[in-house]
Amino acid sequence: MRIKAPKDFWAGLMFIVFGVGFMIGATNYAMGSAVRMGPAYFPSVLGGLLALLGLAIMIKSFVTSGEKVPAMVLRPLILILIALVLFGLLLKPLGLVVATAVLIFVGALGGHEFRAREVLILYLALVVFSVLVFVRGLGLPIPVCPAPADDFCRKIGVGV
Amino acid sequence: MDLFANLALGFGVALTPANLVYCFLGALLGTLIGVLPGIGPVATIAMLLPVTFTLPPVSALIMLAGIYYGAQYGGSTTAILVNIPGESSSVVTALDGYKMARQGRAGPALGIAAIGSFFAGCVATVVIALFAPPLAEVALKFGPTEYFSLMVLGLIAAVVLAHGSLIKAIAMVLLGLLLGLVGTDVNSGVARYTFGLPELSDGIGFVTVAMGMFGIAEIVTNLEHRGARDVFVAKITSILPTVDDLKRSAGAILRGTALGSALGILPGGGALLASFAAYTLEKKVGDGSQFGKGEIRGVAAPESANNAGAQTSFIPLLTLGIPSNPVMALMIGAMMIQGIAPGPQVMTERPQLFWGMIASMWVGNLMLVILNLPLIGMWVKLLAVPYRLLFPCILLFCGVGVYSVNNASFDIYLMCVFAVFGYVCVKLECEPAPLILGFILGPMMEENLRRAMLLSRGDPSVFFTKPISAVLLGMALLLLLIVLSPAVKKKREEAFQEA
Repeated sequence: MRIKAPKDFWAGLMFIVFGVGFMIGATNYAMGSAVRMGPAYFPSVLGGLLALLGLAIMIKSFVTSGEKVPAMVLRPLILILIALVLFGLLLKPLGLVVATAVLIFVGALGGHEFRAREVLILYLALVVFSVLVFVRGLGLPIPVCPAPADDFCRKIGVGV
Repeated sequence: MDLFANLALGFGVALTPANLVYCFLGALLGTLIGVLPGIGPVATIAMLLPVTFTLPPVSALIMLAGIYYGAQYGGSTTAILVNIPGESSSVVTALDGYKMARQGRAGPALGIAAIGSFFAGCVATVVIALFAPPLAEVALKFGPTEYFSLMVLGLIAAVVLAHGSLIKAIAMVLLGLLLGLVGTDVNSGVARYTFGLPELSDGIGFVTVAMGMFGIAEIVTNLEHRGARDVFVAKITSILPTVDDLKRSAGAILRGTALGSALGILPGGGALLASFAAYTLEKKVGDGSQFGKGEIRGVAAPESANNAGAQTSFIPLLTLGIPSNPVMALMIGAMMIQGIAPGPQVMTERPQLFWGMIASMWVGNLMLVILNLPLIGMWVKLLAVPYRLLFPCILLFCGVGVYSVNNASFDIYLMCVFAVFGYVCVKLECEPAPLILGFILGPMMEENLRRAMLLSRGDPSVFFTKPISAVLLGMALLLLLIVLSPAVKKKREEAFQEA
């Protein structure tokens, strides 16, 4: 047996894993009956269907030929994820000004070319924009500066 | 007549200064982002959703609808000028529109797109006003059995009309339905699939899923290829088409509008299908020899059709509460966040909202014409913005947007998870759109299934013995059979090949 359609093979496998996963998860909940369906009923049925479809896709991948899975380009993906996670971690304790800096600089490293000056200007413009629009304009409860400095920020009128 | 009274009520709502401003802002933002390369309407709406949370429901929906058709319009602008369809429904516009631009006729191409869209928008508004009330009345009689079958039909139709592998799309729908079930089960109070995380007890936010799979995954995919964009910016002297152009395209606009309006109403229809169908039809009607070489009818027909379809696809949303495409799924999400249960009762219980939104569509279309004709120069300049400056902005807006839904960093991390998943899906050629539809419908489907089975005392045959339900399921089955039949399958693949 040779895999003729790698894309379909992996997609099928993914659906099987999800389907079976949801079915296994459902064993923790009450099944109920067809009249009074418990929380496990619907997900078990759907999970089963999903796994079956996944199996069908997988079997088909041995029969009809298809495309290869294109290579994953990991650099942009990883840098962008790191940037977002750091943004999430820093937003509450350090505020928008710091978190945005990290997000923009680390995120921009994920692009093809990194021009420090350009990114700096972009960052400054975005910080001013977000403070004005998100915090002042829309009143989103997002801290602007690190906690100790936030009082000061509020005094000079940029925080909420 | 009722219709006029209703429309008058609607215009009363849509023409208040505040709503005019939101409609304008929506159309402007939508066009702006539609013109910017590498970001589609789903990501746009998801990104801007949090902005509308603070608005009253009518204004929020008016603004979101404005973003939707603004993005549509912006998408055709880039299709014509740089051969990059801003979104899938303007793919066919690029075929002849870009050729026209190359021949120095970018102005008339943009002009006819605007005129066609506006005309189609006017007709579609009337179609909605005419068809929505009777349909809602029928839907009000639906019980849980009929609703469940309707959702099955809606999902199947959406999948059939999407491109790519049918079986994978159905699998994505199922996965979406399952993901929609995460969180506390309303009937038993059991927290399902939350892995003990309190943040998941309210379920996964649809903004999180949409931004991850459409917004962030899109960025990552775009960053893969160092795309040199062939920006062809000719001097646009006059945007007005000649009298001859107008004569030539009048029929195309009419046919496109009619086809688009009809296809938009179908569950699963909407702008994409409408534009493809209109282009194909136009090629068959009359002289088709110039198509692909800069035929103005090849711009007029799909542009009219996609605008008509985009608008009439609000009919299933507003009357049945069933989304026909991912954008409509986001609108449902927006309604739910505003505390409105989507469904036929919206029209009777909140007539201002319903008719206000319909009237605002017409107003929005008018604004787009007025806005775009003079602003076209500015849009053209925006096309030159390099992606390396654009994507950090999108990152920030997604980050702030998803955080602001619950004021929780957890949602940012969850968005990252969906971004990775979305990226894997792109690699495996699994379309994310069906997943979003399933995701929105998951809890509703389970609830209706439960009620239907409770009423029938656990007898599943009720879905086939109740006449309306049987017809709906029969239609779903028929659709599947038609698509799976070898002849149609081949045609379908050919049709999408052309894109």
